[in-house]
Amino acid sequence: MERILFGDNQFFAVNHISDEKSRAQSIRFKDDAAIMRTLDYAMEAGVNTFMCTTHERIANICDIVRANPEKYKDFKIFPCMPYAHKYANAVTELGIMGTLKQYVPGNFFGSLFKGGVAFLSKDFLSIMELLVDSEMKMFKGVNTPVIFLQNVITDLLLGLGMKDILKGFNDYVKKKYNAEPGFITMNMPKLLDMLESVGIENPIICASINKAGFRMSGGKEVYEECLATRNFRPVAMQVLGGGAIPPKEALEYVCSFPKIESILFGASSYGNIQDTVTKIRQFDAQRLVGK
Amino acid sequence: MIKVALIGAGKMGISHLSILGAHPDVSVVGVCDTSKMVTDVLTKYSGFNCFSDYLQMVDKVKPDAVFIAVPTKVHAKFIKDMLDRGIHVFSEKPFCLTPEQGEPLVKLAKEKNLINQVGYHNKFIGTFNEVKKLLASGKLGEIHHFVAESYGPVVIRKKQETWRSDPEEGGGCLMDYATHVVDLLNYLLSPVKTVLASKLQPIFSNRVDDAVYAMLELNSGLNGILSVNWSDETHRKMTTSITIYGTNGKIISDANELKVYFNDDKCPEGYSKGWTVKYVTDLTDQVDFYLRGEEYSAQIDYFINAIKGKVKNDINTFESAWITDRSLKLIRDKAS
Repeated sequence: MERILFGDNQFFAVNHISDEKSRAQSIRFKDDAAIMRTLDYAMEAGVNTFMCTTHERIANICDIVRANPEKYKDFKIFPCMPYAHKYANAVTELGIMGTLKQYVPGNFFGSLFKGGVAFLSKDFLSIMELLVDSEMKMFKGVNTPVIFLQNVITDLLLGLGMKDILKGFNDYVKKKYNAEPGFITMNMPKLLDMLESVGIENPIICASINKAGFRMSGGKEVYEECLATRNFRPVAMQVLGGGAIPPKEALEYVCSFPKIESILFGASSYGNIQDTVTKIRQFDAQRLVGK
Repeated sequence: MIKVALIGAGKMGISHLSILGAHPDVSVVGVCDTSKMVTDVLTKYSGFNCFSDYLQMVDKVKPDAVFIAVPTKVHAKFIKDMLDRGIHVFSEKPFCLTPEQGEPLVKLAKEKNLINQVGYHNKFIGTFNEVKKLLASGKLGEIHHFVAESYGPVVIRKKQETWRSDPEEGGGCLMDYATHVVDLLNYLLSPVKTVLASKLQPIFSNRVDDAVYAMLELNSGLNGILSVNWSDETHRKMTTSITIYGTNGKIISDANELKVYFNDDKCPEGYSKGWTVKYVTDLTDQVDFYLRGEEYSAQIDYFINAIKGKVKNDINTFESAWITDRSLKLIRDKAS
């Protein structure tokens, strides 16, 4: 994994603190060209990995990447699946069964129904695999060395104690896509315990890590202790704490943990991208000199 | 350990179950759902003790408390069955289909001294609670108008129907979506006294409303507008906001951001003349387990703490949710 990963929240009107900003972003990034321009800014700053949800618009981005192999030869995407709102809204409207009917591809689901629903649970892992395949379709021919499970699903499974499904995702991503599995979570210490309990060693975990303690469930201290003592590959997200921390202070904090392998951030403008990347590189250099 | 059982493992039920599963003071003793697929999966992968008959479940596993997350049509019966057995109840919203159904349950829960709560999670959101504090301070002057809104992309084309598209089962935008906003109004300002005008509008649905527009008069005499539409795909997810106009300023709040304008310097601490903006990140307490939003965990923590006697059972009681049911009826009656 590269040290700095470029995120996609700004492209899809995900703003954790302001609906007004969300709308402004949604207007700004209406056209795919605006997204591509921003990705190019990130590449110019030396950030070649785009970590993004499996939002339907990412399919267009993948088309552009495939159509320009020379330009994007070093470009990587870390897909984060699923785009949860698609499913959440569908469940409200269609119920759980209706949603599965809509999104599980092919005749698989129909034939299961004919065979009786009792059969279904035994093949729940196969359904999970089919859903992964359906989310991965758009990335065909694009370099996706790490594939993440979104926090809503990771944390749902975590609370439900469904460790075998987390393990199933982990194994399937390795086997089918020859990629490294990653897990996004708002409950990092608990997740790490569960992953270790099913034999997943040194997992890639993307979690909120910030000076304000924002969305660091169970408390910042527990997170810091994990960073000091546990065996995993952390990706820090929400490093600005939802906007609560001034950028310099925020980046200095995450850069102070040698354990943190990558830092995920999103920005819309050329200036903000350059600034953030420069600051991370500066703090990293200072830490190395300090050693 | 509080022994908890869940009735109804649909979207909200599964979400509650996950939070309960991670809760250090809770032991999940049973899960009931009519879908064999759902109970098979929960048995096999979570190891929960699953049932298809809720009475059989509670009589067997003897929970201290139950979470009820089934279609609204059967809330009244299920809740009564639980209260009769001396079990504390957390019910999903809305409370009941009609205020007539809910009234005896409010009394029964009180008589039996059982903890009772309904899942109106907005009351556990920091920004809305700050609005409540600001209103209590009286610094906004005389409140003369409000606009309460909620929009989201639930039904954005003509599609297959479920219980949420059946008016007899408690479906529709008024019962499923607008209820959150009406409940918030009851909490922040005052209960609805009269509905001056109301329109329940289908957009894509055949049998239920996809939008609710109403002009309301509250018990306090205040007038305002309600505008709710679940067929608005310009919103990524449900967005609820309230604007309150006072003679000395104005509040605009949603679940993320609070913007307050004061005409002069006579404002509460932390605010100043002109606009002050605060974010939910500064107004919300950390939770031990996060899924979808702090408020979902916070409301469950509150319920469990009420059972343990650590907090008063006075947020989202059956009584407050029954008042909301009454308001929904007024809106429905005026529209028909």
